[in-house]
Amino acid sequence: MTHAHATTADMMRAPYPAEPGAGIYSNKLGMWVFLASDVMFFTALIGTYIILRFGAGTPWPQPGAVLNVPLTAFNTFVLICSSVSMVKAFASIADGNQKGLRFWLLMTMLGGAAFVGVQVFEYIKLSGHGLLPSGFTDGSTLAEHAAGDPVKYGLASAGLYGSTFYSMTGFHGFHVTCGVVCMTWVYFKALRGGYTQQDYRGVEVIGLYWHFVDLVWIILFTIAYLI
Amino acid sequence: MTSVAVAGHVEHHEPMGFWRKYIFSTDHKIIGIQFLFVSLFFLLVGGVLAMQIRWQLGFPGKPMPGAGLLPESMAVGGVLLPEYYIQLVTMHGTFMVFFAIMPLLVGVYANFLIPLKIGTHDMAFPRINMASFWLAFLAGAIMFAGFFVPDGASRAGWTMYAPLSARPDLSGVSMGQILWCISIVVLGLSSVLGSLNYIATVINHRAPGMTWFRIPLSTWALFITAILGVLALPVLQGAAILLLFDQTIGTHFFDPLAGGQPLLWQHLFWFFGHPEVYILILPAMGFVSDIIANGSRKPIFGYHSMVFAIIGIAFLGWIVWGHHMFMSGMNPTLGSSFMVSTLLISVPSAIKVFNWMGTMWRGNIKFHVPMLNATAFVAMFVIGGLSGVFMAATPVDIFIHDTYYIVAHLHYVLFGGSLFALFAAFTYWYPKMFGRMMSERWGKIHFWLTFVTYNMVFLPMHNLGMAGHMRRIYDPTQYNFLKPLQPLNEFITISAFALFAVQFIFAANFIISLWKGKKAEQNPWQDNGLEWTLPNPAPHGNWTKVPTVYRGPYEFSSPDSPGTDFLPQHVKLPTDREPAAATAPAPGH
Repeated sequence: MTHAHATTADMMRAPYPAEPGAGIYSNKLGMWVFLASDVMFFTALIGTYIILRFGAGTPWPQPGAVLNVPLTAFNTFVLICSSVSMVKAFASIADGNQKGLRFWLLMTMLGGAAFVGVQVFEYIKLSGHGLLPSGFTDGSTLAEHAAGDPVKYGLASAGLYGSTFYSMTGFHGFHVTCGVVCMTWVYFKALRGGYTQQDYRGVEVIGLYWHFVDLVWIILFTIAYLI
Repeated sequence: MTSVAVAGHVEHHEPMGFWRKYIFSTDHKIIGIQFLFVSLFFLLVGGVLAMQIRWQLGFPGKPMPGAGLLPESMAVGGVLLPEYYIQLVTMHGTFMVFFAIMPLLVGVYANFLIPLKIGTHDMAFPRINMASFWLAFLAGAIMFAGFFVPDGASRAGWTMYAPLSARPDLSGVSMGQILWCISIVVLGLSSVLGSLNYIATVINHRAPGMTWFRIPLSTWALFITAILGVLALPVLQGAAILLLFDQTIGTHFFDPLAGGQPLLWQHLFWFFGHPEVYILILPAMGFVSDIIANGSRKPIFGYHSMVFAIIGIAFLGWIVWGHHMFMSGMNPTLGSSFMVSTLLISVPSAIKVFNWMGTMWRGNIKFHVPMLNATAFVAMFVIGGLSGVFMAATPVDIFIHDTYYIVAHLHYVLFGGSLFALFAAFTYWYPKMFGRMMSERWGKIHFWLTFVTYNMVFLPMHNLGMAGHMRRIYDPTQYNFLKPLQPLNEFITISAFALFAVQFIFAANFIISLWKGKKAEQNPWQDNGLEWTLPNPAPHGNWTKVPTVYRGPYEFSSPDSPGTDFLPQHVKLPTDREPAAATAPAPGH
C-alpha cells in the first residue's frame, strides 16, 4: 500500500489533525468490529453443536453416511476460488485497473452465487432422502438405512444432527447470500467507476467480509462434514 | 491504505423538512432523543406491568381497580388469571431490561453524548445509526404485539428457560413466544450496529488533543459498554434463533426428550446475560462520575483507576456467568471458580465507590438535582453491590436462589443504580437536548419522594427473600409459611403504588419544561466538557470547527483558573502546548 496520497482532505483538516485513531479508516474499523460480533454469533452456533454432539452420549452419524462429502468438497473449492478472485479484484483496483476490478468482482459474485446454489441443491437432496431439522423422517430412505445400521447412521442422535447441521450451514449460507447482495451493489458502483486507485475502501471492506465468510466455511466444513 | 482519503467532508447542513429532520434523521442528537421518547414509553409500560404484579402479590384474589379494561383471557371479574400473571412477570423483565434501561443508557446517551464529548461532527456511520434506532423501534413494536395475539405474550420468564420456552405444549403460548424470539433477534442486530458505530467513533473521531486519558469517564464507560454489546448480543441472538427453530421447524436443541439440553439455553443466555448486567450499570457509573465531579467542584478522584476499574469489571463480566446457575447441578469445583471470579468483581466496583467518595470528600458540594440523584446512585449501588456479594457465595446462593432476595438485589442495582443515574443524566443533559432547564424545585421533590418510596418498596424484599418467598409465585397466601409475611407484601404493594405515582411528577416536569422551562444558559452546570461549548440545543453537525482539547474534563477549582472554579477542556492557557500533529485517517464518511 502506498502512503503518498496527499489529498484534499488532508489539507482541509486545518489547523490540527484529529487525534490519531486506530490507524485505519472508520469503514474498515467498523467492519472489523462487525466481524468480531459475527465470530461471537457463530461461536454460539458451533458451541451448541459441540455441547450437543459430545453431550449426547449416543453415536453421531459417521462422516459421509448422511452427507454427500465430495459434492460439498467441490463447493468448498468454489468458495475458496471466489476468495482468490476477491483478492484479484482488490489488487486490480490498487493498480488502478478498472477492467480487472469489474471482471474479478463479477467472478466473485458468480462464485458466491454458485456456492449458494449448490447448497440449496444439497438441501433439497438431503430433505428428499429424509434429513430434516427434526431428524430422519419416518419411511424415508435415510430412516430405512439407519434402521439397518443404527451406529453408522447415528439413529439415536438424528434429531440433534439435523438441528445442528441445518442451523450451522444455513446461517453460513445466509451470510454468503448477504455477501453476494452487497457484492452486487459494489459491482454496480464499480461499473459506474465509483472506485479509484486513490479510494477503493468499499472493495477492501467487502473483501474483509468475504474472506471471513470463507474462513468460517472451512471450519464448518471440517466439523460438520469431515469429523 | 491509511492515507487513502476522499474529498474533504465539509460540514454544511441544509435546512431539512420535518420528516428528514425529526423522524428519519441521521443526526446523532435527534436519534438520541428518539431513543429517549420511545424508551420512556417502554419504561412506563414496564411500570404499569409492575403495578399489576404488585396488586396480585399484595391482594391476591381481590379484584384489581381498572381490571375491567382487561379482556377475559387476562382477568375474570377483576381478578388477574395465573396465565396472565406469568406474562406480566415475563414482560416486565423483558421490557425493563431490553427496551427501557438498556436503550435509555446506551441508545440515548451513547448517541447523544459520544460525539459531543469527544468533539466530532457526528457518528462514524450516521445512516447505520439511524438503522439502529429503527430496528430497535421495530423490535419494541414486535415485543409489544405479544399482548395482542392469541394466548398472549410469552410465559417463560424474562430469562426464557427451556424447555418451558421451547415447547408450546408446556407453556401454552406459541405466537407470543415466537414474537419474543424475533424481537430479540432484531434488537440484537440494532445493538450490534449501534455499538460498532460507538466504537469506531470513539477510536477514530476524537478532536485534536482528546487523548485516551482526557476522555470523560461517561464516554469511557459507554465505549467499554459498546465493546460488551458487540460481543454479547450476538450470543443471545444465536440462542434466540435456536429457540425459535425449536418452536417452529421442529429442531431439538433444548428439548430433553429428543436428546437436547435445557441447560445449554441457560449457558448461552447467561454467557450473554452477565456482560448484559454490566451493559446496564457501566454507563450509569460513567454519568455519575461526571456529575459527582461537577457537583463536588473537584477533579474526579483517581481518574486512571476509574478507567481501569471499568475495563476490569467489563473483563471479569465474561467469566462469571455460572453464578446464575449454582442450582443447576453444577460441579462444585466449577461452582467455586465462578464464585471466586464473581467475588473478584467487587474489587474494581469498590474502587469506584471509594473514588466517588474521595471526590466528594472536602468538596465544595452543590446539591443540584443531578448531584442528588448521583449521590443516591452511590448509596443504592453499595446496598445492591453488597447483596450481590452474598449471592455470589455458593452456600448462601443455594439458600436464597429464586427468592425475593434476588428480586431485591437486582432492583437495587437496576432501579437504585441505573435509574437514579438516569434521573441524574436526564436532568443534567436536558438543557443540551432541549435548550431549557427542568424545574429544580420539582426535581428535588421528585428525588426525595422517589428515594423514600423506592426504599420502602425494595428494602423489605430482602426480608421476604430471607424468609423464603419465591420469586415468581402467583399467590403467596397459598403457603402457610408465607402467610405471616402477607402484611409486608401489602406494605410493599402500597409503597409501590406511591413510587409509581411519584414518577408522574418527573413526567410532568419533563414535559412541561419542554415549553415552559427556564431558558438554559450555554453552560448551566459550569462544566468543562466540550458539549457546553455549543449552543443549547446544538445544531446539526455540532461544530463548524472542532475545538482543540488541552486537558482532561475534571479541572474544577484549579489554581490555574483564577476567578472561576472550572477550567473547560478547550480553553488554552499560555502554558498549554498545541497537540502534536498526528497522521490520522481520513475524517469519516
